[in-house]
Amino acid sequence: MVYDILIIGGGVIGAMIARELSRYQLSVCLLEKENDVACGASKANSGIVHGGFDPEPGTLKAKLNTLGVPLLYRAAEQLQVPCIQNGSLVCAFGTEEEPELEKLYLRGIANGIRGMKILSGDEARLLEPNLSPAVTKALHIPSAGIVSPYDLTIAAMGNAMDNGVELLRNFQVTSIEKTTVYHVHSSLGQTVQGKGIINCAGGYADKIAAMFGDDHFSIIPRSGEYLLLDKAEGNQVRHTVFQIPSKEGKGILVTPTVHENLLVGPTATAVASPDANQTTPDGLAQVQRLAAKSVPTVNFRQVITSFAGVRASEAKGDFIIEPSKKASNVIHVAAIDSPGLTCCVSIAQYVMELLRQLDFSLIEKENWDPYRENIRAFSQMSDEEKDAYIQKHPAYGKIVCRCELISEGEIRAAIRQNPGALDMDGIKRRTRSGMGRCQGGFCGPYVMGILSQELGIPLEEVTKNGGESRMVLERIGE
Amino acid sequence: MQEHAIVVIGGGPAGMAAAVAAYDRGVTDVVILDREAHLGGILQQCIHNGFGLHKLGQELTGPEYASVYEEMVASRGIQVYHETMVTGLTAERIVTAQNRQGILKIKAQAVILAMGCRERSRGALNIYGNRPAGIYSAGTAQKLINCQGYMVGKQVVILGSGDIGLIMARRMSLEGAKVEAVCELMPYSGGLTRNIVQCLEDFDIPLYLRTTVVQIHGDKRVQGVTVAQVDENRNVIETTKLYIPCDTLLLSVGLIPENELTRGAGIPIDPITGGAMVDERCETAVPGIFACGNVLQVHDLVDYVSEEAERAGAAAAETVLSQSVCREVLATKAGFGVRYVLPQRIHKDGDVSLFLRVTQPFGKVRLTVTAGEKVLASVKRIKAAPGEMEKITLKADALAQATDTVTVSLEEIK
Repeated sequence: MVYDILIIGGGVIGAMIARELSRYQLSVCLLEKENDVACGASKANSGIVHGGFDPEPGTLKAKLNTLGVPLLYRAAEQLQVPCIQNGSLVCAFGTEEEPELEKLYLRGIANGIRGMKILSGDEARLLEPNLSPAVTKALHIPSAGIVSPYDLTIAAMGNAMDNGVELLRNFQVTSIEKTTVYHVHSSLGQTVQGKGIINCAGGYADKIAAMFGDDHFSIIPRSGEYLLLDKAEGNQVRHTVFQIPSKEGKGILVTPTVHENLLVGPTATAVASPDANQTTPDGLAQVQRLAAKSVPTVNFRQVITSFAGVRASEAKGDFIIEPSKKASNVIHVAAIDSPGLTCCVSIAQYVMELLRQLDFSLIEKENWDPYRENIRAFSQMSDEEKDAYIQKHPAYGKIVCRCELISEGEIRAAIRQNPGALDMDGIKRRTRSGMGRCQGGFCGPYVMGILSQELGIPLEEVTKNGGESRMVLERIGE
Repeated sequence: MQEHAIVVIGGGPAGMAAAVAAYDRGVTDVVILDREAHLGGILQQCIHNGFGLHKLGQELTGPEYASVYEEMVASRGIQVYHETMVTGLTAERIVTAQNRQGILKIKAQAVILAMGCRERSRGALNIYGNRPAGIYSAGTAQKLINCQGYMVGKQVVILGSGDIGLIMARRMSLEGAKVEAVCELMPYSGGLTRNIVQCLEDFDIPLYLRTTVVQIHGDKRVQGVTVAQVDENRNVIETTKLYIPCDTLLLSVGLIPENELTRGAGIPIDPITGGAMVDERCETAVPGIFACGNVLQVHDLVDYVSEEAERAGAAAAETVLSQSVCREVLATKAGFGVRYVLPQRIHKDGDVSLFLRVTQPFGKVRLTVTAGEKVLASVKRIKAAPGEMEKITLKADALAQATDTVTVSLEEIK
């Protein structure tokens, strides 16, 4: 069949565009090179809903950030994705940094941000008692928030699929040719046809664009390293605490996560490839040092994991969201670095506007359903509700992940829902099983068994994240 | 809400021994809540031998040792809830649990905590590099190999020379894997001497002391690790970096008592042991709640877990039968060369055993128990090591003289 639209890339942008397209009478298929959605920058970023004071007025980033904040909160609610409007504080350390804070404030006003206020150091410490005594002033942005980026991506994709969008995984685009339609070929020799293409390939968006002859931008992969701390440290701060942003990024932040952990990072280091997501001793040391500058009380002995994400930046510093200059019915959505997550819904809606200007008529479906149930709803129930639910669904009574208290029922649901988990990391991101203190030490073998059973594959074929990432190598004695 | 005299949380060696001891003291209304389908806890995956020499006078495997206690539990008709996870505990001894039948709430007269411990994970170590498949804690690998029958890898590096790491070095070798090295950050192994001999030396597996894994390589599956020596401040010596190809990294880097429920009940925790602060009857600071086994302190031998649990079980029974009386309490303290002393407080009532671990390996030493100026006990040891728990018994008449904090300290002797 020939799809109306092919989306290349299953990050938060591709998934949110898929959801937006699922409103309309169009056939849509999303192509993802990995074994799951949210495997690139969308799984490893700060998870911040940015207030919008940072982008230069007049840029696409500024426009879409201001538009995007309320849209994101609404989408998160419809998709039952954990999201909290906790507000943020940008800290100035000493008189030389204070004028920068004023500039950010004025820029925020120019961008249409409401409710901002510059606080004295003491006023800021009233809001955040653990803030460093060296903080002399702070900009408070009450509209800012936190969201789980991979939950959001999975939920958006799932909602799109519930509304008819298809997902092809392990489909790495290697070439594209045009007849009357586009023929998109994969590394495994598959071909999919589409009338239009939306390029959301993240770190590889420039490579995909080049397949259409568009070579006017190139992605600069920039790695950001993070440390994630145990829930015991989750109440160090309530707000997201920033330092003064620089050209490379928004500086090291200290933030609670929606899952009640503490997250600190990121660094901003140019790297050779979008896949270069290794952590480094210098990077992690820098994260510790600069986080302690803002919040000296953070106990780094409570670190449970470290990770790096590679953002897709571009020299001019703005998002690139535009029709191809060379090919018809192709839209590039590229260079979506910070505040890309905040803007995912506003970007998707902006892309719809661009599609209307091309050859596509967007006619709404009658039965589009914007809502999706989160499988973690069980954990929010009262004991009485849980008891009643377990009577009907006994698998929810069996706890598999003891650190995060995740049941077998939730793990099976994660495999059966849209888009179903196919590997250990997929289960982890959907359920939090394995994300706690023991990092999968106890639940790992159980989860492997459930995956093997649900997917009908032998245990040796269960992977961490697809491909060659097998968990066990062979059965003993065979 | 159900009511029971004694609820035991955990059905491993500690939970089983505590339940049996409580029953034998005359409290028959004892229930065990266990998260697994079979009693025995981590013993079920320890298929090597070496269990029971002290306690049962015979050398057994882990499952064999467990079955001795399972039989005692069964013959007494002690009720066991299998696959039942305790999710909450209050200081008023209300236990919330869940299983496939639903949510369970039990009000108990006494609660015995026997949840065991978990392994420290990679995240806590800050090893940099990739995050591929093939990184396991030693106990997880042990479960996959021994209980599920699957090989986790063929070419292995092990970080940490605790007992589980040593035993897994042997186990992997026996199944045909090549164990390239066991790396230990400290200048000495944290494991039992017999395990170093039987698990490493007998298999020609090198043990690199003062060495750690600094980087993990591999995109989808581990392809190798970089190891390096550390100086006396545990800083990596860059010039000693060495790449070792492997498909698996096993971590045996310490055990952490699983005290989330304990903390939830507001029970004070000793920062050194990671377990509750207790008296010689294993009673925590919250009356009627007792703790024993690896949730209280990480043990070297299961035999000592059973002994400790028997004390906890008997004491819980006494509480239920209202046999315990209020007596004078003394605090204990770790002196020179001693990392911790357990129990953290003792009553002047009968003989009391003190358990402790030393801070580093020593040759011939004398361990002395003092209270103010008074020497309550003194014992000699040919050697002492952090990997092996020490026990000193204070006689009732010696203890009767004490009025001050009871301190255990160590001196090296010729």
